[in-house]
Amino acid sequence: MKKTTYTISIYTENNVGLLNRVSAIFLKRHINIASITSSESEIPNIFRFVIVVNVNKEQVVKVVKQIEKQIEVISVFYHTDKQTIFLETALYKVKSSSLFEEKQIQNMIKDSRANIVTVKPDYFVIEKTGWRVETEDLYQKLKPYGLLQFVRSGRISVSKKSMDISKILNNK
Amino acid sequence: MKKISGAEAIIRCLISEGVDVLFGYPGGAIMPVYDELYKFQKEINHILVRHEQGATHAAQGYARSSGKVGVAIATSGPGATNLVTGIADAQIDSTPMVCITGQVASYLLGSDAFQETDIVGISTPVTKWNYQITKASEISEIISKAFFIARTGRPGPVLIDITKDAQFDMIENFEYKKCENIRSYSPVPTFDKSIISEAGKLINESTKPLIVWGQGVILGNAESEFKDFVEKSGIPAAWTILGVSAISTNHKLNVGMVGMHGNYGPNVLTNDCDLLIAIGMRFDDRVTGDLKSYAKQAQIIHFEIDPAEVDKNVKVNIAVIGDVKQTLKEILPHIKKRSHNSWVRKFRELNKIEYDKVIDKEYNKQSGGLSMAEVIKSINENTDGNSILVTDVGQHQMVACRYMNFNKSKSNITSGGLGTMGFALPAALGAKIGDPGREVIAVIGDGGFQMTIQELGTIFQTSSSVKIVILNNEYLGMVRQWQQLFFDKRYASTEMTNPDFVTISKGYFIESKRVSKRKDLNSSIRKMLSHDGPYLLEVCVEKEENVFPMIPSGSSVSDIRLE
Repeated sequence: MKKTTYTISIYTENNVGLLNRVSAIFLKRHINIASITSSESEIPNIFRFVIVVNVNKEQVVKVVKQIEKQIEVISVFYHTDKQTIFLETALYKVKSSSLFEEKQIQNMIKDSRANIVTVKPDYFVIEKTGWRVETEDLYQKLKPYGLLQFVRSGRISVSKKSMDISKILNNK
Repeated sequence: MKKISGAEAIIRCLISEGVDVLFGYPGGAIMPVYDELYKFQKEINHILVRHEQGATHAAQGYARSSGKVGVAIATSGPGATNLVTGIADAQIDSTPMVCITGQVASYLLGSDAFQETDIVGISTPVTKWNYQITKASEISEIISKAFFIARTGRPGPVLIDITKDAQFDMIENFEYKKCENIRSYSPVPTFDKSIISEAGKLINESTKPLIVWGQGVILGNAESEFKDFVEKSGIPAAWTILGVSAISTNHKLNVGMVGMHGNYGPNVLTNDCDLLIAIGMRFDDRVTGDLKSYAKQAQIIHFEIDPAEVDKNVKVNIAVIGDVKQTLKEILPHIKKRSHNSWVRKFRELNKIEYDKVIDKEYNKQSGGLSMAEVIKSINENTDGNSILVTDVGQHQMVACRYMNFNKSKSNITSGGLGTMGFALPAALGAKIGDPGREVIAVIGDGGFQMTIQELGTIFQTSSSVKIVILNNEYLGMVRQWQQLFFDKRYASTEMTNPDFVTISKGYFIESKRVSKRKDLNSSIRKMLSHDGPYLLEVCVEKEENVFPMIPSGSSVSDIRLE
């Protein structure tokens, strides 16, 4: 079966150890987690994990059922890239001198719609939010000019279809 | 109201949950709880095992014979890690169990303190739920949740880790409320009623239906609903190893065991039936053999409480998700009263082939070394089918489960999914305590017996009247069988030089006897059964006996071999 990128959104109670419990489900099946983010959701005390994996349909269905089965998991959804709006953020730290010496850098920032977050005497930081290909593209462009540091966040996403989490919670 | 300690709160919670027996082993980080157990000796009977693994298996045996939640208790560090095998066993066999472990004081967590291990982290993949209590004020709520989670829905093990300071801390206004609902957990999924009539239609239209039932029938207390369903539909029914005893062995529609060492008829006809009705079972690979050739011709209905089991191994046409006690009751009016005589006869005919080629030769053996089967035959002839059989893992397990007669539910206690050698001896002790009125017979191989042999001490100390039958072939027999069949008889590390089990038993003051001659077998079994108190019977059996039928792993169920 063909592998696809799936975004799995998991709504949970706020509990120590739940990340371990969720990640163990992937570990047990030897599925690599491509990215993971976790924070409090729009509902107080309800947490949301967003996990990106590259698996086939059958695998994602089974994994989602196993996650849903965990006691403190409230709801789990999975989406293909077509079904969601998703982004990630990248930060690029570049020597300040290259900003003045290499004119192209200013164009790159402009063309890729990145922002300068901060400028210090010896370095400045660029922020770019977008799809992986976009943050990757800027990374490749800046690399020859000597990146001091580069970090990329996990994916965050919202579904195109409405997922009324508070309603689901009320029905529980 | 006066203040009580966290440790006392734990005991009061257990009493409120109806716990009157604990299996455990003390140690530093759980001492405050043991101090309270000393004060509450009248309310709670603490069984001191000889190794924490034994506490879990005893709790499992207790849970499986009584239908209640088994409770094991241990200290931190090695005490806690020794529980892990039993917890994993309970998880895969859906046994309701609560394990309580002591933990170093909360201010020491993460400091690699003496006897600190991250038991919550370690046990996460093998527990239904786990939690670390660091404040005495949490005890009441968490313990009530633990019991609720362990026993409801698809049962399973829960581990509660309690720091030592939480055991010492004093709390005011202790009260215990039984947990009845957790918003993120629905034990019994609601089911779509229209599914019932759809399933009923499929059943009524089928001409060669086959039921395969598992432990779900027993865990769901659905034995009588199941029997009604089988009898009204007239459908031949086969069992998984954990499902046996839900209806009696001699029931006219009971056609035997499915799976690797199951019976010939149900395995072969799995690939001939037009409808497979799976009830409370999970299509384990030891049941299905090669999935690509498993019941491909059949439509499949799956009665199951755990949605994650549906379509996990075998794609089904209709999933009736819910509690089998309810779903089987609801489907009954939708199915026609029928009999499938010629179809049932097919099972009998195939099983007759197995009888001639396999069963008759070992069950009614006349000469040569004793077979494992004739030991079970002798047990059958000297009991009424109402005893509890506890088995370990290996050849003796397959033979005992294949041949034992069962008339009563909750009569077969074995390590099915995990295949834990060393399970039987402590599980038998727990089973006896869980249902003291019934005869408990543990049939164990010489290998597995030595994995938890020290629990003879617990049996002796508690005077538990457990009957232990060691089937001694001086081999790790099942592995040896595979070496013979698939590894050109290279018997790598499977031959055992055993101690004198009778002498060991005597050392524990347990009556004991060795038998190796056919003529002495029956009288020895009778002597064991009539003995008041625990008894160990060592039976020296044929060294190189093989268990057949057998589906070689990776083969199709219909390619089951009789020799």
